[in-house]
This record gives sequence, C-alpha cells and structure tokens, in this order.
Amino acid sequence: MTTQRSLKRVKIIDKTVGYILLILLALFFLFPLVYMITTSLNPNERDIVSKMGSIEAFIPTEVSLKNYFGDPNAEDPNLTANKGVTGRMNFGRFMFNSVFIVTCTVLGGLLINSMLAFGLARFNFKGRVFFVSMIVALMIIPFEAIAIPLLWLVNSLGWMDSYQVQIIPFMANPFYIFLFYQFFIQFPKALEEAALIDGAGWFKIYWKVALPLSKPIMASVAILHFLMQWGFFLWPLMVTRGEEFRPLPVAMQQFFGQYPRDWGDIMAFASMMTIPVLILFIILQGQFVNSAKSSGIK
Amino acid sequence: MVTALAKKRRKALFVFILPGLILLTIFIILPFFMSFGLSFTNQRILSRLPTEFIGIRNYERLFRDDLFFTGLKNNMIFALIVVPLQTMLALGMAMVVNKNLKGVKIFRTAYFMPTVTTMVVVSVVWSFMYNPQGIINNFMQSITFGQWETIDFLKNSKWAFPSIMLMSIWQGAGFQMLIFLAGLQEIPKMLYEAAIIDGANKWRQFLHITLPQLRNTTAFVLISTTILSLRLFDQIKVMTNGGPSNSTYTVILHLYNSGFTKQKVGYASAMTVVFFLIVLAISILQRIVLKEQREV
Repeated sequence: MTTQRSLKRVKIIDKTVGYILLILLALFFLFPLVYMITTSLNPNERDIVSKMGSIEAFIPTEVSLKNYFGDPNAEDPNLTANKGVTGRMNFGRFMFNSVFIVTCTVLGGLLINSMLAFGLARFNFKGRVFFVSMIVALMIIPFEAIAIPLLWLVNSLGWMDSYQVQIIPFMANPFYIFLFYQFFIQFPKALEEAALIDGAGWFKIYWKVALPLSKPIMASVAILHFLMQWGFFLWPLMVTRGEEFRPLPVAMQQFFGQYPRDWGDIMAFASMMTIPVLILFIILQGQFVNSAKSSGIK
Repeated sequence: MVTALAKKRRKALFVFILPGLILLTIFIILPFFMSFGLSFTNQRILSRLPTEFIGIRNYERLFRDDLFFTGLKNNMIFALIVVPLQTMLALGMAMVVNKNLKGVKIFRTAYFMPTVTTMVVVSVVWSFMYNPQGIINNFMQSITFGQWETIDFLKNSKWAFPSIMLMSIWQGAGFQMLIFLAGLQEIPKMLYEAAIIDGANKWRQFLHITLPQLRNTTAFVLISTTILSLRLFDQIKVMTNGGPSNSTYTVILHLYNSGFTKQKVGYASAMTVVFFLIVLAISILQRIVLKEQREV
C-alpha cells in the first residue's frame, strides 16, 4: 500500500515538474515571436519605444494595422510615420518575388530530383554505383563553398539581377535526390515488371505509380526546400541590385538598415513575412516534423 | 524485340537523368572545381586586366590575412560554445516532450516555431530585444534588483558575440529536438522495463540506456551543428556586420567581403578551398565515428 502511494506521489511530482519545464521552455521560445506581433500592432511609435523594456509591451493599449497598411485618416497621410510598410515601399513586389522564386524552385526541384532518383533507383546501368556515390559526395559541399565561383559564373552568363539566377541553380539538390533515391530503391521489382507487361511505359510508371507512392517524401522534400529558399539571404544579397527581383529577406535587411528606425514598421514587415509561414506550419505540422526527422538520416 | 525494348529503356533512362545531371554539373560540380582553378589566378568579377596565373600567391596571402584568422577563431569559439549548449538543451527538450503528458504536442509545436522563422527576421526581432532600453536589459535589471548596468549588447565588443550565440541557440534548438525525439522513440521500451526491474533509477537509466542508444543521433547532431557554425553569416550580416572591432567577424563574412564587395574572385576562391577542406575534414570525422559505432 505505502509503496503504491509513494509511487503515485512520485508520478504526480514527475508530471508537475514536466509541465513546469514545458511552460518555461514555451515562454522562452514564444516570447520573441509574440513580442514581434504585439509591437507590430501598436500604432504609436513613441509608446513602443517607451514600453519596449517592460512587460507592458505585450499588451498594446491601442491595436491597429497602421504599421502594416498606413493610416489614411491621419492628419498627414503622406508623412513617413503614417504610411505603413505597404506605403513606404513596394512590399507587394518583394512578396511576389519571394513567392514566385520559391514556388518555381520547389516545383521544379520536386520534378527534377525525383526523376533523377527514379532513374538511379529503378534502372540498372554501367556506372550506377559511381553515380550514387557521387550524389552522396556532393551532399558534403555546403553552398558557401561554391558561392563565389558560382557568382562569377552567373555573372559571365549575364544572369545578374534576374529571377532565373535565384531559381535555376537551386532546383537540383543532391540531398533531396538522395531522399527520393532511398525511397524508390525500396520498391519491389515486381511493381514495374507488372506495369511494363501491361504495356505501360516508364514515364507512366514514374508518374502514375512511383510519384503517388512517394507523397510523404515529396512533402518532406518540398518543406525542407521551401524553408531553405524562403529564408535564403547570402545569394540574393549578392545577385540582386534593384528592387525588381529582390526577395523578402534582402528587403527586410535593407529596411532594417534605414535610419531612423521605425520599430513598429519593422515589426510589421517581419510579421507579414513570418505569419503566413507559421500558419502553414501549424496546418502541416505533421509533415514539418517528418521533414525535420528525414534530414537527420544524412 | 529485345533490342527495341532495351533501346526504349535507354532512352527513358536518359530523359530521367539528364535534366538533373545537367543542373548538378553546371551549378555544383563545375563551380566546385572552378574554385580550385580560380584560386591560382588573380580573377576579379569586372576587370579590364587579363586574368593571370599567379600560382599559390592567393594562399600565401590568405595565411597572412589576420581577418581570415579572426574569422576562423570566432567560428571555432562559436562552435565550442553553441554546439554543446544547444545539443544539451535539445536533448533535454526532446526528453521532456517525449514524456507521456497531455497536450505535449502543442508544446512541441511551440518549440519548433523559431526554426521555421527566417533567420533575417529572427535577427531583427532580437536586435529589438537587445536594445539598451530593451526587454533583456530590463529583465536583467529586475532579476538583479537594479544591480545590472544597461548594456548596448550588439555594440559592445564583449557582449555582441555571446548575444548572437544565445539567439542562434534559440533558433536552432527546436530542430535538433525533433531529431533527438526521433532517436528516443526508436529505443526499445524493453530496455527500460528491464532496468526498472533491476532497480535502476532515472539517472542510471539515462546514463546506461538513453545516452548509449542515442550515440548515432548525438554524433549526427554534434557534427551537423559544427558545420552550421562554420557557415555562420545571416545573423552576423544583419545584426553587427562583423563588428564591433571584428568581435563577430566570421569566415563567410570575410568570403562575402572579399569575393563580392571587393570582387576579388581569385582570392575568395582560395578561401573557399580552405573552407571546404575544413568542412570535409569534419564530415569525414562524422563518417568514421558513425561507422565505428555501427560495427560495435
């Protein structure tokens, strides 16, 4: 009896400690993001600066989207302070650029990487083993180890300041090829033999059999590729000059570098760039978790 | 008949492989080998002077370049501090999240949120918090009962780098937590049950079951975080641009400044080669460590 009771007691203590830890960690990981959003909703810059150090910063006295879209009812709507992010710069353009670049890279990447992996996994040919080990070896090369020669190369191609310079070099990726390859190699041979006897061509097998079966891998690859490309900073910083092809991270950095800093507007920019991704993440949580795990098998 | 089929097969194979192969060759393999070639020249991005072969002069210059070594030293310090701290935090988080508690998934989601937030955004938000009047100074003041003296974290050469380290840990820990979580879930429950019967307490279970079973996962996390530490750039560029007085200068920032800002492609290529060799050495170490463990 007594041991059972003490065991129960241990369990309760264990649970309580567990929850306290969980909550403390949640505070640590969430408060900067909450801080970003509450600051972005405060229309009064002076209020932001005076409260930025205290807990009051999390409870805005006045909530508005002025920092986002400006205040048309202000006495002087053309004053920089009243314009909001969308009034101060071509935010829509940056958003479009980022969405366009990421969409093209991820979709093109899914097709090209899965096709190459399918070829490697389902065909027997001379040099196949060498090919696969080459892909594995290429995974070691970090982007920074090719950035400067690549810069010189795209400059010689006349690609500076364009969309393709931010899309085409980043579609084929050895790591994503490897993830697809590992998946395709597990299929039984009988699968395509049956299909081939039925008269289905290789492309039909790829498109109608292999791709639908690899949906979980496709989701993982798409998410990893998306995160990488959405936050990509070093490369667009070097290859874009004007606003025409500038993606969000570079625009964010440039806006952040402008003085005097308007923290409300800066946080509105940061929120507009982050909230869509966070919503996407909350909806597709399970897939995000899987994709993070799959990056651990390298 | 057979040859027709074989021909068809061959054609199909080409179509599958060619697009990816071409892109990999032009945009990874070619620049990779170009960096070796260019490192022996005085190539610049825009130059009217002809490109010349200058032997190992770039490498000689690199090994006398104080800024390069400052950067390398900072990268090492970053790795030495961030890698163990972040790994321990991530392992602890994974163990808490792995507990059979209600609502644990919500917390897991919360911890992962910084990871899906772009580093440039994270840097901007934390710059706000590191302000002299910002929340971190205020927090320190309240927990020290006013003893804390206000610091402009990012403009102070003693504090700027540790500030960036803390932020990087905050951003990266959630990702590694998930990798550890996957590792934890693969440990057979039997092992723990047997240990409980033997009367082993939690600490001994952790020491003798959890840690040894997680060896491969830990090795992977340690080495991949070390490589990420060498690639440190985004947060530095946004928050301090290497300053104050080079206290946050890194190798990749130097690569960016030499190869892009100063357009010295040849010199930056030499740096690229050295950088790659360091990464390669760490990757080989990883393979060796992991292989040995698999054989055991």
